[in-house]
Amino acid sequence: MSKFSGLGGRLYRGETSIDFIGRRRRWYSISAFFILLSIAALVWQGLHLGIEFKGGSSFTVTKQNASIADARAAVATVGVPGEIIVQNIGTDKVRVQTAALDTVQNNAVQDALAAKFSVSVESIDTQIVGPSWGKEITRKAVYGLLGFLICVMLYLAMAFEPKMAVAAIVAVVHDVFITVGIYALVGFDVTPATVIGFLTILGYSLYDTVVVFDKIRENTRTITSSSKSTYSQATNLAVNQTIVRSFNTSVIALLPVGSILFVGAGLLGAGTLKDLSLALFIGLAVGTYSSVFIAPPVLAQLREREPAMIALAKRVNGRSATPTVFAAVAPITAKIENRGPRNQPKRKGRK
Amino acid sequence: MSTTNKAVKTANRPSRSLAILGLVLVALAGIAFVQGATSVRLGLDLRGGTSVTLQPRVAPGESGKVTNEAIDQAVSIIRQRVNSLGVAESEVAAQGSGTNRQIVISVPGDTGRRVVELVGQTAELRFRQVLASAAATGTADPTATPTAGVSADVNAKFAALDCTKLVNLQGTGTDAPTDTIAVCDRAGTTKYILAPAEVLGRQISKASAGIDTQGGNAWYVSLTFNGEGTTAFGALTTRVTTLVEPLNQVAIVLDGLVVSSPRITEPIPSGNAQITGSFTQLEAQDLANVLKYGALPLAFDRGEIQQISPTLGADQLDAGLIAGGLGLILVFLYSLLYYRGLGLVTVGSLLVATSLVLVLFLLLGEWIGFTLTLAGIAGAIVAIGVTADSFIIYFERIRDEIREGKSPRTAVETGWLRARHTILIADFVSIIAAALLYFFAVGGVRGFAFTLGLTTLVDLIVVFTFTKPLVTILARLNFFASGHRFSGLSAKSTGTLLVTKEA
Repeated sequence: MSKFSGLGGRLYRGETSIDFIGRRRRWYSISAFFILLSIAALVWQGLHLGIEFKGGSSFTVTKQNASIADARAAVATVGVPGEIIVQNIGTDKVRVQTAALDTVQNNAVQDALAAKFSVSVESIDTQIVGPSWGKEITRKAVYGLLGFLICVMLYLAMAFEPKMAVAAIVAVVHDVFITVGIYALVGFDVTPATVIGFLTILGYSLYDTVVVFDKIRENTRTITSSSKSTYSQATNLAVNQTIVRSFNTSVIALLPVGSILFVGAGLLGAGTLKDLSLALFIGLAVGTYSSVFIAPPVLAQLREREPAMIALAKRVNGRSATPTVFAAVAPITAKIENRGPRNQPKRKGRK
Repeated sequence: MSTTNKAVKTANRPSRSLAILGLVLVALAGIAFVQGATSVRLGLDLRGGTSVTLQPRVAPGESGKVTNEAIDQAVSIIRQRVNSLGVAESEVAAQGSGTNRQIVISVPGDTGRRVVELVGQTAELRFRQVLASAAATGTADPTATPTAGVSADVNAKFAALDCTKLVNLQGTGTDAPTDTIAVCDRAGTTKYILAPAEVLGRQISKASAGIDTQGGNAWYVSLTFNGEGTTAFGALTTRVTTLVEPLNQVAIVLDGLVVSSPRITEPIPSGNAQITGSFTQLEAQDLANVLKYGALPLAFDRGEIQQISPTLGADQLDAGLIAGGLGLILVFLYSLLYYRGLGLVTVGSLLVATSLVLVLFLLLGEWIGFTLTLAGIAGAIVAIGVTADSFIIYFERIRDEIREGKSPRTAVETGWLRARHTILIADFVSIIAAALLYFFAVGGVRGFAFTLGLTTLVDLIVVFTFTKPLVTILARLNFFASGHRFSGLSAKSTGTLLVTKEA
């Protein structure tokens, strides 16, 4: 652990530096690969939507050693249309899922299951979703997503700078694609709880990106007057300086989410907790990746196109014959030369 | 560096803000105790019950747009029906925004099927002539004189009808327009025998409440019928106006319950009628809304029905609590391992945040009827991460400052100035996410968004009034100031060793 803490110090001073910005092609290719895979999975396999989205009924009977065959037999006597999915949840539950039924059919299924397993009708946990309801939920989820992206973009543009907002949104869209792709590929059930988890992840991913960007902004505030490092180099240093925090944050965020997943899947078998935490777990991993590997390089690329930054890059590169080596060394020089004035008390008034 | 000045400033502030936070916490807990809010109100998914989400739509065969008023009216119609079940803490509320709102009905306990059957039907408005009326006594009155021209069946029903019983105030819209019926009024104070319907709600084209400024500022309701309605209402009023009380009354019946039964004082062939009486503004507007709703009855599509047995509810509650506890402990362990002494600050801050959230849950349950659902618990657990991250940002900043050669005591102050900014922006993004989720979503998602937003706010409060002052105080202790091995600020943990040697 303390070895890792020491690493934090070396990363901070730039002694150990991972080239996040320079190797952006590599990160972009990795992401492009996964995004293409996601699109392919979406097209060929599609999402496995829960009954909340397509309409249907779900009946869960709690009874020790309830068998799938019994449940099937009970439902068969009612003769409901469409596909019927019957599965065991844990050792003491059996769940029957059907297509959208009317009230009479729903009651008939409940009665049949209650009779077969000799339990009371009231003890059967039932969820019935009307066919048009799913569209409503989906529409709301899409509205929520769009509204969220627009609001956050405006806010980031105001709090930081417009190009940072663009880069952050690129990272979020990247997260959306890959997470949805994983769901399509693996065939996890998508329920409203998944959507909640998913929207939360967007918040989280942005939150992560915001912290990195805040450091980038700090490092690049006086960059044009000093001519010591290019925008990309300063950005790379910022990412290296915040990577320990990014790592710690992800671990700390994953611990409670992991415990929901563990308890939700382990104790309850299925339901809100499991769906929610699974989405969080996957999204969190993707979100952390994008806030380090995608958002900063995109930002650097956008900013490097500005005339002032091009001029700066020329000045900086003019001072060194071998810019690639310089990238690793420059931050140190910047720090050492800075250390004198930075220790002066007048700095306190800067904020 | 003006050390003396600084020392004086920081000497007062941190302990003061800790004391204020402590007082606020104790005061809130005191209020909760005084108000009797000793347990968090649990949602149906945690204690069992039935929830039905209805999507109001224009009834089949009608055209027009769903209006806000119509939805409000629909909510009150359904509330009337649900209250007839007599289950304590039943709730009927509209959720969402604009005319796309849903009606969410939550009834605790195991009344599942009855609730579902109760709330599904379209509620219609009809005008019926009053044939007989009587005060609804607490006991049935079998000796009442039978009304002439009405079947013995209906007479017997009328005689036995007890409008003080909730079950008779349920509505359900099962009254066929062609039947003679025995019904109660909405308030349960009067019972009626009513003739078959002669004018239908959908024959109303306009209704509004107004105030007669000349006639002593009395409130009235005016309504206009369409072509068909004008003819029918004209015929009805012409026939009944000369009859004796109560035959000259026309009852306005919504969902099988009498809303109002005005006396007809003259024939109204023009299709423009006015209902006057000793209305308050509210009563007049209510009646106008009932009439407007009648013009465009809504059908209720069942969106989602969820029936959760108390056993599953208890299981879900346990699972949520276990997950929360486990998550908290894991975060504690990790912080202590990585941040050593500073990790204790994280543990303390999370404990303060947890108790603050708990007290707020109690109070909000009392004040705005906040109920904790499973999704809400999940939101709170997820927020542990957000909260802990604020501390990480701050601690990493402190270490950054130390790496730049500052003493721990100075570093906690300068680090804070920078971390504060980041924490504010990052938390604000979280709050935007929570607010949008809350406004766009229905049901469980809202519960999740609410707790996520609330806990993020609590995080801000705790970071500013607890964590920072505590760190300031701790930085004065020799243990931290000297960078002790276990303080989390040692040269080894920050990796400052090399630099200090060089310098």
